[in-house]
Order: sequence, then C-alpha cells, then structure tokens
Amino acid sequence: MKIIIIGDGKVGYSLAENLSNEDNDVVVIDKDPEALRKADEYLDVMCIRGNGVSTKVLMEAGVNETQLLIAATASDEMNMVCCLTAKKLGVERTIARIRDPEYADELSLLKLDLGLDMVFNPERAAAREISRIIRFPQAANIEIFARGRVEIVEIRISKGISIVGMKIKDIAEKISPAILIGAVVRNDEIIIPKGDFRIEEGDTVHIVGKPAVVSNFCRQIGIDSQKIKNVMIVGGGRISYYLAKFLEETGIKAKIIEINEDRCIELSELLPHALIINGDGTDDTLLNSENLSEMGAFVSLTDRDEENFMSALLAKQAGVQKVITKINRSNYIRVIKSLGIESIVNPSQITTNHILRYVRGIENAQGSPIEALFRIIDGRAEAIEFTANESTGFLNIPLKNLKFKEGILVAVIVRRNDILIPHGNDIIKSGDSVILIARDRKISDLNDIIASGG
Amino acid sequence: MNIRLIIKNLSIVICIEALCMLLPFFIALLYGQNDAKAFLFSALITLCAGLLMLRIKVKTNNFYTRDGFVVVALSWILVSIFGSLPFLFSGAIPSPVNAFFETVSGFSTTGATILENVEAMPYGILFWRSFIHWMGGMGVLVLIAAVLPSAGASFYHVMKAESPGPSTEKLVPKIGQTAKILYSIYIVLTTLLVISLLIAGMPLYDALIHAFGTAGTGGFSSKNLSIGAYGSVFIDVIITVFMFLFGINFTLYYHALKGNFKSFFKNEEFRFYIGLVFGSIIAITLNLVINGFYSIGEGLRHSAFQVNSVISTTGYATADFNLWPVFSKFVLVMLMFIGPSAGSTGGSMKCIRYLLLFKIIKRELAKILHPRAVHTVKMAGKAVDESTLWGTMAFFFIYIIIFVISSLIVCLDGKDLVSSVTAVTASIGNIGPGLGVVGPIGNYSGFSNLSKIVLSFCMIAGRLEILPVLILFSPSAWKKASA
Repeated sequence: MKIIIIGDGKVGYSLAENLSNEDNDVVVIDKDPEALRKADEYLDVMCIRGNGVSTKVLMEAGVNETQLLIAATASDEMNMVCCLTAKKLGVERTIARIRDPEYADELSLLKLDLGLDMVFNPERAAAREISRIIRFPQAANIEIFARGRVEIVEIRISKGISIVGMKIKDIAEKISPAILIGAVVRNDEIIIPKGDFRIEEGDTVHIVGKPAVVSNFCRQIGIDSQKIKNVMIVGGGRISYYLAKFLEETGIKAKIIEINEDRCIELSELLPHALIINGDGTDDTLLNSENLSEMGAFVSLTDRDEENFMSALLAKQAGVQKVITKINRSNYIRVIKSLGIESIVNPSQITTNHILRYVRGIENAQGSPIEALFRIIDGRAEAIEFTANESTGFLNIPLKNLKFKEGILVAVIVRRNDILIPHGNDIIKSGDSVILIARDRKISDLNDIIASGG
Repeated sequence: MNIRLIIKNLSIVICIEALCMLLPFFIALLYGQNDAKAFLFSALITLCAGLLMLRIKVKTNNFYTRDGFVVVALSWILVSIFGSLPFLFSGAIPSPVNAFFETVSGFSTTGATILENVEAMPYGILFWRSFIHWMGGMGVLVLIAAVLPSAGASFYHVMKAESPGPSTEKLVPKIGQTAKILYSIYIVLTTLLVISLLIAGMPLYDALIHAFGTAGTGGFSSKNLSIGAYGSVFIDVIITVFMFLFGINFTLYYHALKGNFKSFFKNEEFRFYIGLVFGSIIAITLNLVINGFYSIGEGLRHSAFQVNSVISTTGYATADFNLWPVFSKFVLVMLMFIGPSAGSTGGSMKCIRYLLLFKIIKRELAKILHPRAVHTVKMAGKAVDESTLWGTMAFFFIYIIIFVISSLIVCLDGKDLVSSVTAVTASIGNIGPGLGVVGPIGNYSGFSNLSKIVLSFCMIAGRLEILPVLILFSPSAWKKASA
C-alpha cells in the first residue's frame, strides 16, 4: 500500500518506521531538512522536503495514487488542511492528528466536512491508558480487547508471589483455569510458554482473561493493592488535562503540579475539581510538602523525558505505590524499566498501534476484520483481535488438529458473552472474536496463523 | 565498522560475478575456441571464494554510511581481481598487472586497453571484456539491490556510494523498487540499441559488444579501429545518439515514462548538458572545416561522434582526433573534465557539479556587492543544502588533487607531457582514449606497471566518485571503536 506521512516528528518517524517495515511504500514530507535526515538515513522511505499543504508537493509525492495520507505535523489546523487538500487531489483515505481539546469536542462535525477517515489524539489515548492503569494498579500495563471484556495485564513476578516456581499447567489446575499466561519476558527474551514452562522470580508475565477474573487471580497469588483514591500529576500539558478529566469521572482526586503560572490559571478554569499547584515537579521539598508519600499514584507527564524519569524515581523512593511516567523517546524505555519504573507510557507508540491496526484493516478488507491490535513488550510482540468469519479457513476444527506457526498463541476465544480460554478440543466458529499473541511477526489475517501444510 | 556484515555483502557480489562468468563461457563454447575452460575455472574459483565468505555469521545488523562506502569500494576491487582471472587463465593477457588494469578499465566503464591487437583475441574474452562494462555502468551493487528482496534501508547507503552525482534521488519509496526501475530502463535502452545496430547491418556479436560498450559508456570494441572500422554513417549516427542518451540522468526517463515529458526541459542539468554538446559540436566542426580537414557534412558527423563519445565518457572513435587541430583537441580534453549528467552511466565530474559551482561563484560575487544579503543556491526551484554545496566544492578539489598526484607519478615514465596528462584525465574520467600515445588508435601497453596500477586506482576512484575509495585509506574507518 502507498502511504504519505506529513510531518516527520516523533509520531511521524515511528509511523514511517513501522509502516515501511510492514512492506508499505512510504513517502515522508516535512519542511525541515534536519528532521528528514534521520528518516532518510535509516528508513527505506522516500523523503520530500516541502510543505504538506502545498498541492505541488503533494502531487510530487504522488498523492493521486496513494491509498492513505497521515497528517502528523505539530499544528492541528495544518493537519486538517493537509487532509482536505489531499482528499481533493484524490487520496483514498486520510488520518489527521488533532490534539487541541477544543477541537476534540467538535470532531464529529469536522470529520465529516474535512473528509477525515480517522482522527487520532495521542494525548487523549495516552491519558486513557494511564487512567486504566491507575484503576488496576497491580498491573504494569493493561490492554483491553472485545470491548473491555478481555484484558491483557502485564505483571512483574517478584519475590513472595505464590506462583514462583510453578508450572503453567499447575497454575491452571490449582489456582484458576479461567486465565492464561500468554507471554513471558525473561532476560529480555520473549517466550510463548507451554504447559510445562516454570515461572521464575524476575519474569514479566502477560495474563489474559476477564477483568474480574484477572484481578481476582492477582489477589490469590499475593499481588494485592488498595484502590487508588488520589493521584499526583507532574506537568500540566494536554495529557494531564485529559487524565484529570478521566479520573474525575471515576471519582479519583487529581493534584496537578505545573511550573507555568498562566497554564495553572488556565487549568484551574478547565478543571474545577482538580487541585492545581504552581511549582517545580522535580523539587522534592515541594513534592513532600504536597504529601507525596500519601499519594496512591504518581504520574509524571512533563515535556522532558529526563525530568519525568527523575521525578518518577523521587516518587518511587518516597514509597508511592504506583508510579507511572511518560517517555517520548522509545529507546529510553528499556533502560528505565531496568531501573524499576515499570509503567511507562509512550504516546507515539500508542498512536502507532492505533494506526497500524487501521492500516492492516484496510489491507485486509476482504478477510477477517481486525478489532484491536496492541504491540506489547516494546513492540516485539503483538496481541491482536480478529473476528472469525466465512473467510477463515479453519472454522469448526478442534485446535489440537491445527498446526499453528511458531511463536503464535490463540489466547482467548470470545463467543457472544462467553470468554473461553481455549483447549485442544475447542473450536473457532464464525462470528467469534479470537485474540492472538504473536511474537516476531506481523499478522494481518486470521488465516496467517496456520503453518503451511498444517 | 561491521566487518562481518561487510564480508557477507561482498560474498553476494562475488557470487553474482561468478554467475555472470557463465555467459562468456557459453559464448566461448559456441565459437568453439579454447577460452571456454578459462571461464569455467574462473567461475568455479570465484564461486568457491564467494560461498566461503557467505558462511560468515553476522552478529549485528547495524549498517551505516561508512559501511556502505567500504562495501562499495572493496567490492569493486574484489570484483576486478576475480574478473581478471579469465584473462590470465586463457593466456590472453599473461601479465597479472595488465589483466587487472584491463578488468578495472572494464568495470569502471573506462575502456582504456593494454591490448595492441584486439582482433586477435578469442570471442569469449572480448565478450567478457565488454559485458563487464555493462555491469559496471549501472553498478554491480545496484543490481544486488534490484535482485535481493531483503535489501532494506541500509542498502540505500550502498546505492548512494555507488551511484554517481552529488545527491541520489529515490524514484519510489522502496530502494529495491528504485533499483529495479533503473535496471529496467537500462535494459530497455540497451535492447533498443542492439536492435538498431542489427538493422544497420552489424552482426549480432558485434552489436552486443558495442551495445554493452555504449550503454555502460565504456568504450571497449572488438575492432582495432573502434567504430571507425565499420565506416558506416548509419552506425555512426546510431551510436552517437545512444551515447548521448546514456549520458542523461535516468530519473528523467522514469518521469518521461510516467507521462511527464516536460521534466526533460525543466531540468537545468539536462539543458546544460545538451547546450554543451551542441556548442562543442559546432565549435569543433567549424574548426575542422576551416582548417580543411573535412567537408561540412563529414566534419559534423565526426565531431558529433567524438564530442558525444568524450562527454558521455564512452571513448569510441570514428576518427583519430589525435591528428585534429589543437583547438578541437582542447575542446575534447575540456569535455573529459566535465562529463555527462549525474545519475547516468557515465563518469567524470558531471554537469550538475559545474552548474552548482557556477551558482556558488555567482553567490560569492553577489555577497561582495551586498554583504548582508542572504542567498540560497537553488536547483529546479528548490534550495540546495549547504552541505551539498560544500561537498561539491570538496569533490572538485579532491578530483584535481588526485589528478595532479597521479599525473606526477605517471610522468615518471618519461612519456611526453600530453600523453601522460591525458592518460590520467582519461582514466579518472572513465573515458578511455586520451591524446598522444594513448590516443584513439593507441593503447596503454607502453606504461610501466607502477603507472598502470596508479591508473587503475584512478579509474575505480573516478567511477565511485573518489570518496568511497579514500575511506579505505582512512585508518579511523577501520578502528573497531569508531562510533
């Protein structure tokens, strides 16, 4: 598929990288030659210097034979105009990044008139993800499937958890048959575990199941935590605004620390229920005077990765139960995880997940529709939800008779309201939602998971 | 420097070369001459070397610009060494230095030869000599990018290093696809040329040899008198036109194929190139006619052929321009320093660099007039990067420096000044024939081994536009820790 990306910032670059690796023809347009240089050096994409709004530049990029245009420049207005122009020039679909909360409310109106096929708001998506983690603090990360009926929860196995040393099949027998351990990360290596795999201390496991069952399971094996009632947020950007709104809906109190006074005044108008504090979020005296150690959760969301990380460490040291930090540069993530901050949110990665799902959905218009796609473990594995339909080649065959490709696990089958953890005798029926975990490979159709000749 | 990955890449190049050797092997079988065995042995040795190197295990896939440059430079040297085996084994060229010189001259599309009597050579050997022109014209590594499906972003570095011109443009987002398009255009043009030559009455074997020589802008012929041996106006005109065509940036053909014919005339470099060609033809014709060498018609025919032959850096000849008046000779030497458009198969410094340099000079003048004015150098309406401008100036300087140093060494042989200097000019510019003893009917066999090695270096350096070759001599490129 041919794709044009306008704006080679963090999101633009990450999209270009992932989309070109998935064998799409990607053209990147940006005004700044410095920004393009990196894409030109390291990615197999075509770079064009110029303004993405200009008809000439868009024509040079071959917009009239392009299937998808993604506008991800820093300005919402520019993105909208780019999409409008491109649509007039004949691009099939457009996606725009629109971040301003004021526009967010008018989206349905804008989408129609500007011919936008999808709008993404990385800040809002990031805030949504953080609020989910705050509601389920045992987990480092949570991804939801089947409209919230299934979750994949990432948990780090520390000392004292009762499943240390147990085999996977024993866990199913002794503790709960309704959950599944889908992927394990040990020493930076991803393992799709089999029945006699033994869990060790230090592993990071991904547990799949119904939300209530998973949280019950966590309590049973000794990971317990109280419900979070108050959250301290450092940095008063857009994510903080959305997060405070989401938390408000669930009755969690938010305290926002922001260094810029004008922004504080703005926020206090927008968020009447939140407590806005004007000050420096890396100043430990300020944090302590604001009762850091009493907080249920601490979220650092400033613009600077380094500050976010430092204040997250301060909070961890003060004994805050749940520390979440936003990191923009994905290359930092592994280092920071190794220093004990488990919950990391990367807005551009969240955006990439959404758009990848959309792109594969277009590619796969005839096959089984993709309902959800999450790249877990720094993008090295994927959890993906398909709906099986007539195009699926292995309906009504017991799973034990099927030969799946290496590194693929059928984690859950959702049949109307039932959540099945599949066993050898289970079958996939038309209309089922199937959630897969796949390591090191890209799946864009349900039929892709069957090994050839199997 | 990721040495393991570099070796892996080199091994693929060598394996491909081994496969290419089978082509002249069949030609040799067909003509039943005794050089078939030489090709079989060479192919086997080359294949074994390639497979041996292919076994190396690659630890990491990090591949940067410097690795790309080193891969390109080393692969050209290795390809030339292995490519000289058939000449040695068949006994056609017994001296290793001569065989290496001839192979480098082939791959770099120079067309400078040490053979005194070409017509005495077996057909397989002559075919191989011309076929490597064709491979070298577009680039061996570009071929790999076109063939290998796994050629990813990292291969862009390789292609940048191998394709001539100050900046490499991708035609389509995927590098492999770009390489495929370029090779397709190359193959189509070559086929057209072969068909035209057949219609003009050239035998198939000769047509192939001369098509390879013209397409790669090389210049090896199967005749001692080059194209002049046929004495046919029709053939002269066909080759003149195609030499001109192969000196045009291939990107323009792609745009034309997509229906954008205007791009030819919008392209400043193309206008410069075509202006230079016609200007030189007129100047030389007038000079020849006034001095009573030819009639107007004959003068036009020979000057057009020679001008296109030199500017496209091909090096075919229909007349011994060594005997022409000094003015005409000098125009040709001047063209040797200019060369065709970037992105063509030709060598030398390329028109676009001269255009940029003129624009830089214009800007310097403007700066004196208006010291605080801000100027950007533009090409086709787009501002050119300052770094590209600096790169162009540095390239010009280093080209001249290498030319001077090589001339110094070649002059040690004690040949006359014109012969020595034009030998270097014709080698570094990938043209082939120069003036004096290395003129169109002369050859390079009279030089010492030292000079031949220096000239071989000039040819590879000229073909790869110098920097990739110089990287090999930079000690810090080889240090493991160089980050």
